Amino acid sequence: MLKVDQLNLYYGAIHALHDISFHVNEGEIVTLIGANGAGKTSILYALSGLIPCKSGEIAFDGQDIRKVPAHQLVTLGLVQVPEGRRVFSRMTVMENLEMGAFTRKDRQEVDRDFYMVFDHFPRLKERRRQAAGTLSGGEQQMLAMGRALMARPKLMMMDEPSMGLSPILVQEIFAIIRGINADGTTVLLVEQNANMALSIAHRAYVLETGDIVKDGPASALLQDEDVKKAYLGT
Amino acid sequence: MTLFLNQLINGLHVGSIYALIALGYTMVYGIVRLINFAHGDILMVGAYTAVVLTTMLGLPFPVVVVLVILVCVLFGVLIERIAYKPLRSSPRISSLITAIGVSMLLQNLALLIFTPTPKPYPFSLNIPPLSIGGLQIGFTTVLTIVVSAALMILLQVLVAKSRAGKSMRAVSEDYDAAQLMGINVNTTITFTFAIGCALAGIGSVLYGLAYPTVSPTLGSLPGLKAFIAAVLGGIGIIPGAMLGGLIMGLAESLTKAYISSRLSDAVVYGILIVVLLFKPSGLLGRRTREKV
Ligand SMILES: Nc1ncnc2c1ncn2[C@@H]1O[C@H](COP(=O)(O)OP(=O)(O)OP(=O)(O)O)[C@@H](O)[C@H]1O
Ligand SMILES: [Mg+2]
Repeated sequence: MLKVDQLNLYYGAIHALHDISFHVNEGEIVTLIGANGAGKTSILYALSGLIPCKSGEIAFDGQDIRKVPAHQLVTLGLVQVPEGRRVFSRMTVMENLEMGAFTRKDRQEVDRDFYMVFDHFPRLKERRRQAAGTLSGGEQQMLAMGRALMARPKLMMMDEPSMGLSPILVQEIFAIIRGINADGTTVLLVEQNANMALSIAHRAYVLETGDIVKDGPASALLQDEDVKKAYLGT
Repeated sequence: MTLFLNQLINGLHVGSIYALIALGYTMVYGIVRLINFAHGDILMVGAYTAVVLTTMLGLPFPVVVVLVILVCVLFGVLIERIAYKPLRSSPRISSLITAIGVSMLLQNLALLIFTPTPKPYPFSLNIPPLSIGGLQIGFTTVLTIVVSAALMILLQVLVAKSRAGKSMRAVSEDYDAAQLMGINVNTTITFTFAIGCALAGIGSVLYGLAYPTVSPTLGSLPGLKAFIAAVLGGIGIIPGAMLGGLIMGLAESLTKAYISSRLSDAVVYGILIVVLLFKPSGLLGRRTREKV
């Protein structure tokens, strides 16, 4: 579904991503794990067309999307839940969800999808008239995910959904990610919380300062000595 | 009492015009964080457009109004495309200086084409004043207040409910997140400039009816006042611009009537300074950023 080949990205003179190659198959949960500054967010921003890359190829559903403007990628089904939630804090919960469906024309289906989102996140339903800026961190994360779901993504990319959340809430969020995947959405999950990410993913890539240094089935990486030492704290 | 009511109505009259212009400053600021110093000069562009269309082509008033609005929109959109868009990711001071440059360019072009000699505004509405109670209210005054109020309500509804309005709000909060929703940021910015300049176009007609002299610097003073109105109300906040405009108009006309016409500008700036001392973000400004 997604194939990234030899991607290079620079911030001025800083070479942030070196020849990054990976792929995501339809129906999978794939996780990219790595420490602070490894380049995880940069990869997702490049995929969403928000930062230009110097070289490399990005194919989504067989189509070369490197030159496609950011705002058109949503229509193709490539949707991102960005790092730090980035909900529209002055809009209500309901309006945020509407923004997620901005490009869709099928009004009736959109109305039905509100219920689908509220099924996944009952807490959002109670707060649907509230300004998003007044939600708690966990609720904002749920809103950011709900907003992305409203776009009916084929591939949903999530950047550190566990950031700043309590362990219980992290469990809850990851259970929902699994549910979303079970409902047929492919997931690319970027995480520092390697333990959680590897426990729900099918496959994983390990990113270190702009390089992919390891990849394999998530269960294998959970047993990998280097990964254990560097990311699992065991 | 009659004097007071008359001044109140005069204040609402000019205030409505300031508010219409202030909306352009505030909407553009809200979305690109730029003080578009050329915005006042759009008024002048509109006024000369009316002069040219009437004296050279002899078109009737309603047609001229529509064309004035279109020309103002066209200027605003072109200015954004040519002067501001290339600087969008440069330091903010660059676009600020560019805005001042565009303003000077427009004024000097007008000077070159139309000479400094003022021209009369080509229309006046010869409709007898309305008398309500003991008050005589000029038709232009009524028209200005009614049209401005209607436009402001329309704008509020547009921003709150329409698809374009929602994309404007999204872009003004977060460029990247807006793009992740599939919003075309460029289109949204163009649209914002277009709306602001359409309001300025209508403002230029109303201003011309009230102050029927057209000169290259016509836009400077109302532009400055409207900018102050926008800051007073809270720059970037649409109802703030409306409120700020009305307060400016009222303060100006009441000072002229009761204190001294020389002091009206001083009072206006005084209000601004006092408000900003107590509430730096303006009357309706948000005090701090929401938690993220
Ligand atoms: N706008 C920018 N300008 C310059 N350098 C940047 C910029 N954004 C990121 N970088 C650098 O690129 C590298 C990768 O950053 P990135 O944000 O992709 O890391 P990350 O893996 O997402 O980290 P984290 O886990 O902290 O979110 C870092 O060294 C960072 O300093
Ligand atoms: Mg990151």
